[in-house]
Amino acid sequence: MRTLFDYPPREGVGGIFPTCDVPSGSPAEVLGEGLVRRNAPRIPNLSEGDVARHYTQLSKLNYGVDDGIYPLGSCTMKYNPKLNEDVARLAGFADVHPRTDEPLAQGTLRVLFELSELLRGISGMAAVTLQPVAGAHGELLGMFLFKKHFEERGETGRTRVLLPDSAHGTNPASAAVAGFSVTEIRSNERGTVDLDSLRAELDSSVAGIMLTVPNTLGIFEENILDIARAVHEAGGLCYFDGANLNSFIGRARPGDMGADVFHFNLHKTFSTPHGGGGPGAGAVAVSEKLVEYLPVPWIAKAGETYRLDWDHPRSIGSIHAFYGNFLVAVKAYAYLLQLGDEGLREVSGDAVLNANYLQERLKKTYSLPYDRRCKHEFVLSGEGFPDHVSTIDIAKRLIDYGVHPPTIYFPLIVREALMIEPTETESRESLDRFAEILETIAREAREHPELLHNAPTRAPVRRLDQTQAARNPVLTYPFGEQTA
Amino acid sequence: MSYPTTFRYTKEHEWVQIEGTRARVGITDHAQAELGDVVFVELPSLGTVVKKGGHLGTVESVKAVSDVFAPLSGKVVAVNSDLESSPETVNQSPHADGWLVALELSSPSEANDLLDAAAYEAHIA
Repeated sequence: MRTLFDYPPREGVGGIFPTCDVPSGSPAEVLGEGLVRRNAPRIPNLSEGDVARHYTQLSKLNYGVDDGIYPLGSCTMKYNPKLNEDVARLAGFADVHPRTDEPLAQGTLRVLFELSELLRGISGMAAVTLQPVAGAHGELLGMFLFKKHFEERGETGRTRVLLPDSAHGTNPASAAVAGFSVTEIRSNERGTVDLDSLRAELDSSVAGIMLTVPNTLGIFEENILDIARAVHEAGGLCYFDGANLNSFIGRARPGDMGADVFHFNLHKTFSTPHGGGGPGAGAVAVSEKLVEYLPVPWIAKAGETYRLDWDHPRSIGSIHAFYGNFLVAVKAYAYLLQLGDEGLREVSGDAVLNANYLQERLKKTYSLPYDRRCKHEFVLSGEGFPDHVSTIDIAKRLIDYGVHPPTIYFPLIVREALMIEPTETESRESLDRFAEILETIAREAREHPELLHNAPTRAPVRRLDQTQAARNPVLTYPFGEQTA
Repeated sequence: MSYPTTFRYTKEHEWVQIEGTRARVGITDHAQAELGDVVFVELPSLGTVVKKGGHLGTVESVKAVSDVFAPLSGKVVAVNSDLESSPETVNQSPHADGWLVALELSSPSEANDLLDAAAYEAHIA
């Protein structure tokens, strides 16, 4: 595959510039001798057409939610409605400057205010901020809020955060970055938090728990009320990671389950593009006791007028320039208005139905270590095939059949994990086709394992050497050297 | 690969080779096989004091990043710095050249709680 640097350079320049109509001198006269470069810059000298063709060719090698099923567990790769894009491209949203005076930016402030209100209703919590720009950013904010809460109460000895081994991988990282130490709580044989192990850890050194609901096995913590009560009785706070909200949106509210902090992934549950297709947004909802610490500015409404409210002296401050990823918020708002209450209930209902449909069919072919009703996703194991066929081989073979593989080797508590999340936007036909492909691959694994070991054979590149790539990463472009 | 009978083992898949009050620590053949190709090893600095069960280092493979826990309490008196440039040694020779650190033990009697080779092999069976 060529990069722009690998094309033969064009003669001359790729564009026609107008005659300069301001006085000019030589670069040395204008800038001083020391700032004039001696060698031509190493940039590709290509025409606009060359560049357009290059990127169009690259785009044809890509695979996204507009191509087909994208069952990446924990990522909620649902179809992104085009109406979201239309709305985000309206000039009033797309062209507004972040420093526009409030009276001239009432529409944008209203969208932020109303989206916050909708999310507040969905969460059943006291207040919402739209500032964080990723799920993990929301987690980090949540951990800062934990910290502020205990500082204000003089309980600085609360330095530990408890985390189940079925949590999202970013949870322990967020807690550690905020200065907490992490204590892992093991799952029981049902794949949920073991209440006795949890209670054994609860003491005055615990700041709280971070719980992924449903967890990374796609299983809802059926004891969530007991968990929250136990943590609260010990003086701790509850963080619920809402990356998997797609499984219960419109049907249950984290606020009713005892959450003190809950983050939304607008780019997952609310259908805004992500994973190379667009930036994220990790809105955060909090319970009453944390409201005053939320980042400034808040979006305030008086009568029919909206303004930015900076007057919250106990706030932890800003955690992002301006107001978060505004156009992502616009898309999420458009999505919510399209669906309404009834539509949101159907989202979670169909997401769970699709996951269970696939799980029940595929467990006849692949092992399902936690065999119970799942929520929006489930985790198969690629163990049990002969000839050293492993999950990576199954995933690579899926590429040969033209579908995106699921998340693999996560969560760590399932060996050779294949973590599958179909989302609600796949039709029954699409689910059946995906299942048929996985069944075919299981048959191939027994009869022609070399097909899996050699995969992918129909992708733009063959199997990459992950080990060498990690041990000897090439992080710069090798100018002047031969490239493949 | 066999598990040396002179070593002691943890359920978290570390081994220790004790000589007097010094102990070499590594991860077991089972651990390296489960992890797959090791691409990076992070070791503590010399002089670090660790408690039994505390964080000793990190082993990163193409599949996962795993913590290494101190099998015994003590002070780090040597680290296998060859692993910086050749992490694959952990895969090739987990029980010898792929050792991670050496500890000066602060309470050698803790070793009584560790598994012997037969018990460890039963644990992973």
